[in-house]
Amino acid sequence: MTQNQIIDRDYAGEGIYRENIIDHYKSPRNFGILENSDAEYMEFNPLCGDEATMQIKIKDNLIKDIKFKGKGCAISMASCSILTEKIKGKSLNEVKKLEKEQVYEMLSIPISPQRVKCALLSWETLRRLIKIYENKNG
Amino acid sequence: MQLHQSYKMELDVEKIRKDFPILARLLNKKQLIYFDSAATSQCPRIVIDSIKGFYEKHNANIHRGIHKLAEESTLMYEEAHQKVADFINADFEEIIFTKNTTEALNLLAYSLLNDLKENDEIILSQMEHHSNIVPWQQLAKLKKVKINYVKVTEEGKLNLIHLKSLINEKTRIVSITHVSNLLGTINPVKEISEIAHEKNIIFIVDAAQSIPHMKVDVKDIDADFLVFSGHKMCAPTGIGVLYGKKVLLEKISPFLYGGDMIKEVTFENTRFNDLPWKFEAGTPPIAEGIALGVAVDYLNSIGMENIEEYEDKLTQYLYKKLKEQKDVKIYGPEKRSSLVSFNLYEIHPHDVATILDSEGIAIRAGHMCAMPLVKEVLNESAVCRISLYFYNTKEEIDKFILALDKVRKVFGK
Repeated sequence: MTQNQIIDRDYAGEGIYRENIIDHYKSPRNFGILENSDAEYMEFNPLCGDEATMQIKIKDNLIKDIKFKGKGCAISMASCSILTEKIKGKSLNEVKKLEKEQVYEMLSIPISPQRVKCALLSWETLRRLIKIYENKNG
Repeated sequence: MQLHQSYKMELDVEKIRKDFPILARLLNKKQLIYFDSAATSQCPRIVIDSIKGFYEKHNANIHRGIHKLAEESTLMYEEAHQKVADFINADFEEIIFTKNTTEALNLLAYSLLNDLKENDEIILSQMEHHSNIVPWQQLAKLKKVKINYVKVTEEGKLNLIHLKSLINEKTRIVSITHVSNLLGTINPVKEISEIAHEKNIIFIVDAAQSIPHMKVDVKDIDADFLVFSGHKMCAPTGIGVLYGKKVLLEKISPFLYGGDMIKEVTFENTRFNDLPWKFEAGTPPIAEGIALGVAVDYLNSIGMENIEEYEDKLTQYLYKKLKEQKDVKIYGPEKRSSLVSFNLYEIHPHDVATILDSEGIAIRAGHMCAMPLVKEVLNESAVCRISLYFYNTKEEIDKFILALDKVRKVFGK
């Protein structure tokens, strides 16, 4: 990228705070604690201090239940809420194939380079959570 | 561009702003309001020109060539050391150029901890930047040296009674920041220096956040070592300073080895160079060093007392305006250096910063590289920080206060 391209790039600004994002931030879905979860993982974003803990319950290779708890900016918390909502009921194999780009699509807001870590906190947590589950259950 | 005439005066900020090309920039189609000078300050044209001028006219390695260009670059680079020395009332031999404050502190940690014994102790404070914690912490583990942290009071000041209580016959080093990069607290370094020296303890001052904003005199403070960065005081990145008392610099061993720091090398042994070159191994950032000298000229031309006085008024104005906001929580004492950290409602600092950015206002959000202070002392996960410099204005502060309404609106508060 040349300097001018960097400066002239379309800027999303406060446009990332769409109604849907604020709604998920203020009333997060799947927020709380799962009793008897099958696996649990806490991820931390040292850049801004955001943190998310996710817990899952798996049955017959399906995500039977998922909950998260955390502290962070609107983007990272809305992303946890939206992602957990989307994957509930899906198969483990499907969820494992989930790419970063699909998370961006779910959020449907333009993510600037500085906010990538916020947007993907949910995805990183989920990825590691599933690894932990698989290690535990062979 | 001419340098300004320094005498006791009100700053002509409109004129000063024209010295900084970047301040004319638009940010997200709005006039840039730069409130992040504690992270890095902007460069005046005279500094930018000096870098360009060096590469166009004088570029050569220093202390090596016999040719004219090498003579010029060596002279210019050495002159920059002298300018920095004069700026803080030190001698030429006492000024070592480093990459930044962090490197200077690493140099000290490596060189000083070398001489420490198991169970010796060093004292830092809870309000240190990571750069004045991590080097000590990591090396202390290897040497089995204990670190004690001076507590921060409710108000955000250093607890000097606690500091005194931490000192014992095993204490070897006290390393404290002059100004907190998060709380804005101006620490009484002269008093701390006396406390430390009473017990023959080495006293190190992290002056990264004070040097750009106030007159700092190493002899007046009686600091054994004092460190700072160029890029927070109108110079480019890649250049920092370690000041050390000559007797101490002669005693401690170098941190980096290589070219230029030697006098004589055989296959078995090396005799180190004289001060300050003993600590400047390899080809240094020559253009950046020279540019730091130019930045010092620039600051002198405005006058550090004038800068301090102007910024003090500006900071008090910002503090007062923020204090009037019922939903704003401010961290640190009222009497402070040129920065204010705060939180707005329950809105995350990253969200505040993103919305302000869309208004052209550049602020810092996060833990300010002082994670233990934010998490363990303030019990927050992050804060917003406005940091001012002498090129900022009251009008910019007013615009920022108005922009907070936009943040509230987005979050429906």
